[in-house]
Amino acid sequence: MNLFGDAFAWIFDPAHWAGGPDVSGHVLEHLGVSGVCVLIAVAIALPIGIAIGHTGKGRGAAILISNVARALPTLGLLSILILLTGIGVLPIVIVLVILAIPPMLAGAYAGVESVDRQTIDAARALGMTEWQIIARVEIPLALPLLLGGLRATALQVIATLGIASAFAFGGLGIYLINGLATRDFVQLLAGAILITALALVVDGVLAVAQRFVVPRGVALGRTDLNGPPNRTRARRPRALQEGMQS
Amino acid sequence: MNWVWIGSNLGLIGGRILEHLALTAPPIVIGLVLSIPLGYAASRSKVARSILLSVGGILYTIPSIALLVLVPVVLGLAILDPLNLVFALTIYAVAIMVRSAADAFASVPKDVLASATAIGFSRRQRFFVVELPLAVPLLLAGIRVVSVSTVSIASVGALIGIEQLGTFFVDAFQRSFPTEAIVGMVCVLAVAAIYDIILSRTGRALTPWSRKQAVASPRMYTADKVAAL
Repeated sequence: MNLFGDAFAWIFDPAHWAGGPDVSGHVLEHLGVSGVCVLIAVAIALPIGIAIGHTGKGRGAAILISNVARALPTLGLLSILILLTGIGVLPIVIVLVILAIPPMLAGAYAGVESVDRQTIDAARALGMTEWQIIARVEIPLALPLLLGGLRATALQVIATLGIASAFAFGGLGIYLINGLATRDFVQLLAGAILITALALVVDGVLAVAQRFVVPRGVALGRTDLNGPPNRTRARRPRALQEGMQS
Repeated sequence: MNWVWIGSNLGLIGGRILEHLALTAPPIVIGLVLSIPLGYAASRSKVARSILLSVGGILYTIPSIALLVLVPVVLGLAILDPLNLVFALTIYAVAIMVRSAADAFASVPKDVLASATAIGFSRRQRFFVVELPLAVPLLLAGIRVVSVSTVSIASVGALIGIEQLGTFFVDAFQRSFPTEAIVGMVCVLAVAAIYDIILSRTGRALTPWSRKQAVASPRMYTADKVAAL
């Protein structure tokens, strides 16, 4: 357990916070690249997912994509793409986006699909156009599952970026790779703690957001998101979001 | 693709497939076995459910490469011990499976339980004869997700020097030899497919009623859909 003390001392050692690529620099680099990848993935997957959820078309393809993506080893995908395109940030971003699309797609279409058909019919009967139904009914009601997809996506990207350090990328994984290469277990553990902390903080922030975005009318009906076990509809797609991490 | 390399390294490829199977089978089995009592507890008590699912969620959030380093420090194992990988994968497996198992037991209709009690089943009998068999479809759906992600995550172990199929990815990068990485990728997908076939066959053998009533019973239909996801 003393190794943990040493690792925390290493993290907070001023020498690792000043000059050159320091701890804060690597944290920011990790967050920045992750953020860009998540944004690109959201921009691609969100409209497609909403369209699939709204029309019910292409559902089979979406399920197939998320199944295959779950089976693909991130390490292998990184290795192959970097060998094909060369070392750099771009291939890493491409791999991360490829891996980030399926969970976001799953969250988006599962969220829209989970909206009660009667609610949508009611909106249509009130005279709402299809766009209004999507924007004012389906998306607000889908937000908890949508953000669930975003959480899975962000975790996937942060974790995979940690692995990307093995392929000549900086980020927080660099401490793990350097620590392993030099048998410096304190640095190794410090890297592991930093990546874990980053993942937990990002996930925590998104989890809080997920609680706040539940529309009030829905929140009145079910107060607890992890709710009592008699809800079957909205919970079903969770199976999709689990098990998708590198 | 360098077919000559593949031809002359079939032994190595086969060996790493076996290592991959040996490293991933225990986490999948242990994950299933541990998740049954934990999931059952979570389906019986709200407090247990929220504690177990929160802990599972937090453990699952830990990135794999970090968990692979944290496990040996906490357990006091050598950093290159293959057991680290087995422990780390087991942690992920249980973290995912607890939720599936809790949902599986919660999916057993309350009136079925009441009927079982009414005709004189003890709690033990009721669990083994009624609840566990009825939970099989959702348990199976969960363990299929677990097996696929376990096979995929295991390859990360190559970064801390644990030899299995993932080692092909690291070697391929270091030698600039894409063939090796593609071989590794194909083998990982094949291993995942082998597990999936074994599990779905086993599941079908364990639930003979679901084949006859797949269309008639909406619950079984849902379970199959989840399995398809």
